[in-house]
Parts: sequence; structure tokens; C-alpha cells
Amino acid sequence: MNTDGIGIVETQYLTCFEPPNEFKLKSGVKLGPIKIAYETYGKLNAEKTNAILIFHTLTMDAHAAGWHKDAKKPGWWDEMIGPGKAFDTNKFFIVSSNVLGSCKGSTGPASVNPQTGKPYGLSFPAVTFEDMVKCQKVLLDHLQIKKVLCAAGGSMGGTQALKWAVDYPEYVESVIAIATNTRQTAQQIALHEVGRQAIMSDPDWKGGAYYGQSIPARGLALARMLGHITYMSDQSMDEKFGRKLISKEKIGYDFTHDFEVESYLKYRGDSFVQRFDANSYLYLTKAIDYFDLADDKDLASKFKNSKARYLVISFTSDWLYPSYQSKEMVRALKANDLDVSYVEINSSYGHDAFLVEVDDQSKLISHFLNRLAKEKLG
Amino acid sequence: MTNEPKKIRLDHKVIVDLVQEKSRVLDLGCGDGELLSLLIRNKNCHGTGIEINEKAIYSCVEKGLSVSHGDIDSGLKDYSDNRFDYVILNESLQQVLHPEQVIVESLRVGKKVIVGIPNFCHINSRFQIFFQGRVPVTQELPYEWYDTPNLRFLGIKDFRKFCRSKNIRIEKERYLGQHNEVSILPNLFAHIGIFLLKRG
Repeated sequence: MNTDGIGIVETQYLTCFEPPNEFKLKSGVKLGPIKIAYETYGKLNAEKTNAILIFHTLTMDAHAAGWHKDAKKPGWWDEMIGPGKAFDTNKFFIVSSNVLGSCKGSTGPASVNPQTGKPYGLSFPAVTFEDMVKCQKVLLDHLQIKKVLCAAGGSMGGTQALKWAVDYPEYVESVIAIATNTRQTAQQIALHEVGRQAIMSDPDWKGGAYYGQSIPARGLALARMLGHITYMSDQSMDEKFGRKLISKEKIGYDFTHDFEVESYLKYRGDSFVQRFDANSYLYLTKAIDYFDLADDKDLASKFKNSKARYLVISFTSDWLYPSYQSKEMVRALKANDLDVSYVEINSSYGHDAFLVEVDDQSKLISHFLNRLAKEKLG
Repeated sequence: MTNEPKKIRLDHKVIVDLVQEKSRVLDLGCGDGELLSLLIRNKNCHGTGIEINEKAIYSCVEKGLSVSHGDIDSGLKDYSDNRFDYVILNESLQQVLHPEQVIVESLRVGKKVIVGIPNFCHINSRFQIFFQGRVPVTQELPYEWYDTPNLRFLGIKDFRKFCRSKNIRIEKERYLGQHNEVSILPNLFAHIGIFLLKRG
């Protein structure tokens, strides 16, 4: 086990919205009780002003940093969160929670509906970013935090950070939005839809009522394979696999795997089905697709109440969340005269760059946060 | 900031001198943010910048500055009219693709524009062309023709003429030699011309 980080951490749980005080979702449907899985790192100061919210991506969880007991690897952003790291736990109190609709400890379609005693499946209501963020706000209230020094995340995590800035402008001192967007484009929706269709056309999916039986593993693995392709770039795939053959001397002229990239995708797909729920994949990709921060209005008008400082980062080879989307965001922020820094990091890793390019991001984030800490924490 | 007091570049000194206290400033091609930091520290300015070089952006963020990564030609579009008191183009105008458009756009988003240009018509350059018959490579303009960031080559007179023809008012002009300001025959003896411009 690595000892230079946070050390052993445990996921905690908050149960809220017990009936009859259920949570009213954006769709109008009521849901309760709701469990929120979360982790915290570092210490909240006496004034409760040093909190930073970290948001995870589509398939990640509350376990952003440190080690779970007996785990083989640390949290998903451990390289960035810890003592002396970009999100320095010596200075800041980090809060990371699992989103509503996921399957990683917070309430989602795989959770048991207390009214029926069975998993929700497709009777789980559709969730949106507005709903996720509202639940996170309840968690912050529970932790008695009245303001966050920073809301930060990449990809789907970045959209949550932006949603926070728009929905709770008085709560957010700064935003770090990495490899993210303010609206899903047709191409992004289309790619998700192929993944969803792969799941739903798996006979084992059974309209979402597969719990306790065989899971729609083939469909979910296919969705994940497609996902992986979109997270890499042409160059990073070619550098990693090229046309290398997999444990054979020459091409087989049959439909077994010939190329390394084929078996890599199969491996990633197969290991994914062990750790993620197919219905959650449907619900969360839909939530992302519903996302349009502007709500068909002028995007700039959405930030009119924000006073936050922004750090926006994109990556040159990210074709899933291309830089032009970050530039649109920056333009809307500048239209409101907001304090914004924007960097397009040169990287060949595609969308994955946000998890890979640790050094450059660490420099930017630590300096950005240091300046804030100096001004806001003294 | 606790940095060692560094020797301030003469062009920076002159530009800081031209800017009023507490102004809102946009530095186009802000490099590693040295000038912006000076303006914030010495003139209490509120400043931001645009810079094309990724590594330079890191230096800016390290200095606590807010800057955007991108090219000047397209970066100006993000700003509304009269957003800044000053837009600064120091040693960057000769590197943009569409200088006329950049000046016009700068005069739109800024009430005043400060332009600093290297003088390609300095006497040293003229000597090199005349006696050596080669395109000049000088201490101030050290680039070979095949490896230069400069896209435009102009002198003090050229810039003045441009302003006249575009109805741009030159409010102030300062001329710099290697160590001091130059007061006579700037098109011959100045290495750098700094102009404070206003819409005509």
C-alpha cells in the first residue's frame, strides 16, 4: 500500500428524504428515502470555509482518494487529492459523493424500493443533474458547510461543478471545470444511445428487471467498449496497440480476436460488468444527455448571479468533449465579466487525458487554489 | 508577492507609466504575465490576458493571474464593447494574422489601446540591408527569415501612416532605444515604438 497519500478511508452514508418528506425530482416524481454515499478527506476548519467539492465521472464513485481496507488500488483521483497534492488535504476539506442514480452506494435503480421490497429497476424515476446537485446540497447542509471554496470535476464531474455554480451561485467561490461541456451535442447523445441500445437489446436485460438473475453482461460490456473508444484518441490507441496481434503469429482469417485492441476492449468490457449496474448506466447516460445548462436560453444569462472564479481546462485530442465546448463556456463566463482562466493542454490521450495528465493539471490547480486560499482563508 | 525585485524592462516601465491607476486591462499576448503582474502591483489594475503559448499560461497562473489560452485574432470576440480601459498589444501585433482587424477589435473592447512595435527600420537594419544586402538580423530582432514569429515587418512611420489612414488617434507616442528613450528621428534610432491609441 502507498503511504504518501491519505491512507485508509471509509465511505460514509447519509440517509435523507424519509417519507413523507420525499425528494421531488425535476420530472415531478417523488423519491424517498435517499441514501448518499460520500467520503471526506482533510479537516474542515473552524469557520467551515475550506471545503472543496469533487465530482466523479459517469462510472466512478465517492471513493476519490486514499485506500479502502484491503483494496488493490486507491481512489480514482488519488494522484490529485492528498497531502501536498493539487487538492491539498493539509489545507482543504474535500467532499466527494456518489451521484443519485448510480450504483456505488447512493440510491439508484439497483437499490431496493422499500415499498415493494424489490429493486427499483425501471420504476426508478429519471434523474437529472439538477436532482444530483440538490442531493449534494443536502449533504453539504448536513456537514454544516455554507460555502464551498471550490467545486471541481472532469467530464460529467465538470458538468456538476458548473451546475452548482448556476444553481447555488452564492455557495460557490470557484469552479474547476475539466474536459467538460455545457450541453450535450447530437454526437455525444448518439454515442450514448448506441451504448443504451446495446444494453436494452441484450435478452438478459428483461426490461430492467434482471436483478437476482443473470445480468445483461453482453450488452453492458458492449456499451463499455464503445465508451472506451470514445475516451481515447486515434493517436493514443495507435501508440498503445498499433496493429499488434494478440498471441498469434499471423492473422487468423476467422472471427476470433486477431488484434490486441480487440482483446483489450473485451477485457475492459468484461471487467466493467463486474462493477457497474446496467440500469444505472442507462439512467446516468440519459441524465448526461438531458443536460443543457442554457435550457435553450442564452448560456451567458445563466451565469449572471455567479461571482465565482473559474479555471477551465480542455485537451487537444479530446474529441468526446472537444475544446470548442470549453471555449463556448469561457465566452459565456467572460460575457459576465467573471474571472476566468482557460488552458487547452496539449495531450494525445483523448478524453482520458483528464485522468492521465496529472503534472500539468496539478500545477494549474494548486496555483489556482493557492491564490484562492490566500484571498479567502487568509 | 515575495519575488526578488527584478529589473523592470524599459518597455514595461513605459507602458505602466501610460496606464492610469485602477484601470481594467487586457494584455494580448501576455507571455508569462510579467507586464500584467506589474500593472496589478504598481497601478492596482484589474487585468487579464490572452496567450497562445501553453507553458507561458502556467507561469501566469503561478503568478496568480487569470488568463486565457488562445490566439489574439479570435480571442477578442469574447469581449463586449468598452469592456477595458486599456487593451495592450506589446510586441505581439507583428505576430498576428490580421493586424488591422486586431487593432479595430481592440479599439472596440478597449477605450484606449497601447501598441508596442519593434522598429524594423532602425538604422542598424538599414545598414545591414544596404551594406550586406541581406535581410537584417539584429540584437533586437534576432530571428532568421525562416524561423521568426514575426509575420509583419513595419517601422514607426508605417504605423503612424496606418493610424492616420484608419482615423485612429495617437494620443501619446514613446520611443525606446536599448537603454533609454529616444527623442529624435525615432524611425531611424528607436528600436521600439509605443503608441497610446484612441478611436478617432
